[in-house]
Amino acid sequence: MSETLPRDAATAGPGGTDDVLVRVDDLVKYFPVRGGGLISRTVAQVQAVDGVSLSIGRGQTVGLVGETGCGKSTLARCIAGLIPVTSGTVTFEGQNITNLSRRHMQPYRREIQMIFQDPYGSLNPRRRVGSIIGDPFAVHKTASGSARKKAVQELMERVGLNPEHFNRYPAEFSGGQRQRIGVARALALRPKLIICDEPVSALDVSIQAQVLNLLADLQQDYGLSYLFIAHDLEVVRHVSDSVIVMYLGRIAEAGPKDPVYDSPRHPYTNALLSAAPAADPDAAASRQRIILTGDVPSPINPPSGCRFHPRCPKAQELCGQQDPPLEVKAGDPSTHVTACHFPVQEGEVLARSGRASGGQPR
Amino acid sequence: MSLSEIEFQAKAVEDAPEEGIQGRSQWALTWRRLRRDKMAIASMIVIVIIAACAIAAPAFAALAGHAPNTVYPNTGLSASGGPVPPGTHGFLLGTDELGRDLFVRVIYGARVSLFVGLVTTLIATVAGVSLGLITGYFGGWVDGILARFIDSVLAFPYIVLALSLAVVFGPSLPIVIGVISFFTWAGISRVVRGQALSIKEREYIEAARSLGAGPWRIMFIDILPNLLAPVLVLATLSIPAAITFEATLDYLGLGVPPPTATWGNILAGAQSYYSVAWWYLVFPALALVITTIAFNLLGDGVRDAMDPRTERVFAAGRKKRRKRRTASPPPAPQLPGALPPTA
Amino acid sequence: MALVRFLIRRILSGIVVLWVVSTAAFFLFFARNTDIVARQLAGRAATTAILQEVTRNLGLNQPILTQYWHFLGRTVTGNLGLSYYNGSVPVASIVGRDLPRTASVLVGGVVLWLVVGLSVGILSATRARSLFDRLATVGVLVGLSMPTFVLGEILLLAIYLPLNENGYHLVNTGYVGLSSGIIPWAEALILPWITLATVQAAVYTRLSRGSLLDTLGEDYIRTARAKGLTERRVIYRHALRGALTPVVSQLGIDVGVLLGGVIVVEQVFGVGGLGQDAVSAISNGDLPVILAFVMLAAAFVVIANIIVDVFYAVLDPRVRIS
Repeated sequence: MSETLPRDAATAGPGGTDDVLVRVDDLVKYFPVRGGGLISRTVAQVQAVDGVSLSIGRGQTVGLVGETGCGKSTLARCIAGLIPVTSGTVTFEGQNITNLSRRHMQPYRREIQMIFQDPYGSLNPRRRVGSIIGDPFAVHKTASGSARKKAVQELMERVGLNPEHFNRYPAEFSGGQRQRIGVARALALRPKLIICDEPVSALDVSIQAQVLNLLADLQQDYGLSYLFIAHDLEVVRHVSDSVIVMYLGRIAEAGPKDPVYDSPRHPYTNALLSAAPAADPDAAASRQRIILTGDVPSPINPPSGCRFHPRCPKAQELCGQQDPPLEVKAGDPSTHVTACHFPVQEGEVLARSGRASGGQPR
Repeated sequence: MSLSEIEFQAKAVEDAPEEGIQGRSQWALTWRRLRRDKMAIASMIVIVIIAACAIAAPAFAALAGHAPNTVYPNTGLSASGGPVPPGTHGFLLGTDELGRDLFVRVIYGARVSLFVGLVTTLIATVAGVSLGLITGYFGGWVDGILARFIDSVLAFPYIVLALSLAVVFGPSLPIVIGVISFFTWAGISRVVRGQALSIKEREYIEAARSLGAGPWRIMFIDILPNLLAPVLVLATLSIPAAITFEATLDYLGLGVPPPTATWGNILAGAQSYYSVAWWYLVFPALALVITTIAFNLLGDGVRDAMDPRTERVFAAGRKKRRKRRTASPPPAPQLPGALPPTA
Repeated sequence: MALVRFLIRRILSGIVVLWVVSTAAFFLFFARNTDIVARQLAGRAATTAILQEVTRNLGLNQPILTQYWHFLGRTVTGNLGLSYYNGSVPVASIVGRDLPRTASVLVGGVVLWLVVGLSVGILSATRARSLFDRLATVGVLVGLSMPTFVLGEILLLAIYLPLNENGYHLVNTGYVGLSSGIIPWAEALILPWITLATVQAAVYTRLSRGSLLDTLGEDYIRTARAKGLTERRVIYRHALRGALTPVVSQLGIDVGVLLGGVIVVEQVFGVGGLGQDAVSAISNGDLPVILAFVMLAAAFVVIANIIVDVFYAVLDPRVRIS
């Protein structure tokens, strides 16, 4: 099941260094499904992440896209150490941080932070904003008293909030402002990596731009790396240096953003891109939309071979039998990898409608 | 307003100094609502009066010239040896069968009732919150065992435990406090545990964990403030339950032993003499019932102040509300059944 | 069939509970320094010789485990030992004599409480905010705040006394067996029933009112109304089922409260049932009687909970499946 990613596949970007901050090797995360009567047994596994490898370089932004249920949030939480990993490793600056105890993980927590999707759920409604932002200082005992207050107010100002509001409650802020609070909290200890789990999905489009610009500014100022998770391809294109496309727990395609966006090889990536709204009305009208048919299979019982094959317009018998390895396809730069037996070629037009689900080759 | 007027107003607000803006906390809002609730204010006043009387009990005794446990057979008993009615010989509320001053005894009884009510509630709340929080957060088999234990405690007939302890150790105040705290604690713990279980899954808790916060910090700084509201309501309503419970135990002879003046003890004695001395029954009963009603009303008021969506029957002019479908913290759960209050 | 298996499981676990409770009580009572036990009976002034005699008579000088074994053996055959206080009376016969009294109080009280509590609760919910509802709420508040024994004594003072002094012997204290006729039996029990029922009725009024109001706000009720069903049908055929489930589950919890109430009521009205026996046994140090009471109480709680669970399963089909 493992596809070893070429070492620098996801790290090379324009002028990017080879300096790897985070490496994920063959990460697997299964959630047990418990059933049974008196004594609960594990009757099945939800295969949320099934063999993912990637790396994130310093100062780089890696975009992670996929539809709901593809495992991107689970992957993020595995990297952040919030949930235990079933197998595989997560390495930070060369140190193995997989499944560390809380005590050992503590120093790494200063370096890896998270921003969450829900601006209404990710802040404790009963705590004042200053206390929320000051939490990292309190937990890691780096500043207290007036020094902490000063640091908090500086942070608030940096993210675009009025520092005088630090005694307010989250309920008194708008959605966009609350995300800024989340950013300030994540930024407090000057981490090296911030994992952004769909940070703008819950915001109005106009506010999205503001928050994204803020994130870009901060990256420039502090040399941050981002793992940016989203399902909106255009947003990802805007912020990322490299992109990883996930499907049902596996990587379908990955590489620097331009090759992936300009010449997507995986049929799934093609479908996603074709569905993204285009700003230019003429281009939109002439675009061929690839419609995937069939339901999204469940991660408890994934399809055999290539997981995408029941919905793939190009699927053939081989696809149901053999798992395609994640490798460089002909003509692609060495950093652009795809997991497909029959990748989409230059100029190829995929059929408008795919086959019905069932796995029968055409 | 003209447009320029509106603009002017808007600008004025923007320019206003924003020094140290205080967000209004949940407590401040609750207190404001409570202040406007006439029933709650009235009951608070009554409670304060009762508490003041209890604290000043010796002063009342001195004023009346009678001690609570001293018999006054000469002035306090009628010619036939029975209790004297209110107003005789300086006995404000009459006497009991031993010629003791009923008024003074009732005042002293308030001491025991309030003391027991407050102390047991305090113990039960601290224990219940801690245990509920810890097991709710950590989960696992410890939680499983505790949950079953709590269910057993709640279903257990309190009378059996009280009886057993009384026969083994003899009735006393510590036993009363122990028994009442034991049963009250379980109800609070169950509510806290349920809340902790659901709050634990919220995203801001996950955020706290991602910062590296340890379980104790998360429990007491992040989770606890979110469950104080139902706990406060529960605790306030536990007080009258404890008072009633204590009185019942005293009445049955399982509680504070005579001759200590408690409302339950007095009423136990009153049972044999009510036919000739109605005051012996009526006054302590009134004291007990008024105190309990006051605390119950206060508890209801606190609950409504914390969660204004619940229907208030006494609120003037409120329209009937349609049921809300929004996900929101649940109002304080039905509790009197969870405690052994008034049997 | 799932129901039968469910029942069997509950009965078996009930037996285990019974055994655990009896054992715990036994050791609590008898595993103390035997001197204390004997002294409690013999009285403060007892000499050593008397103490030893008492100890031997009661078998307290045997090792505790032997005593426990004897206890288990005879209990299973229905022999609950001899009363300490009244040495020649088997506890089992005390139980046999007094159980019907307690049962009379219990059954009547429960029926009254459920009937009144539910009907007032339902009526209040359907006439929310009416005068009836407001009066009922006041009644509930007073009922909740009134300890049972206080209510009992007040009823004695306010009803029994005036009636009897004026020659209307409509209500009685004490107990009159059914064999003397239903009316006399009921006359002696009417005040205990009212006393026992009132407090609990208050709780259940509030509970059923709240539960029914919540249920009536559900969408499926709105659908039923939209279908054109009469309000009465909507309530009785549709809403009530869902609204009653919290009430039924509360019943299971309240069994313990009920026991306390029965004891208090017996004490106030002199019914002479098991509750009163237990209370007097405290001051008499009559351990076997109290032990028997504890076991019976546990048995009652177990049985009542099983009945309640069956009701719950009938009301809520989802429970049967799990």
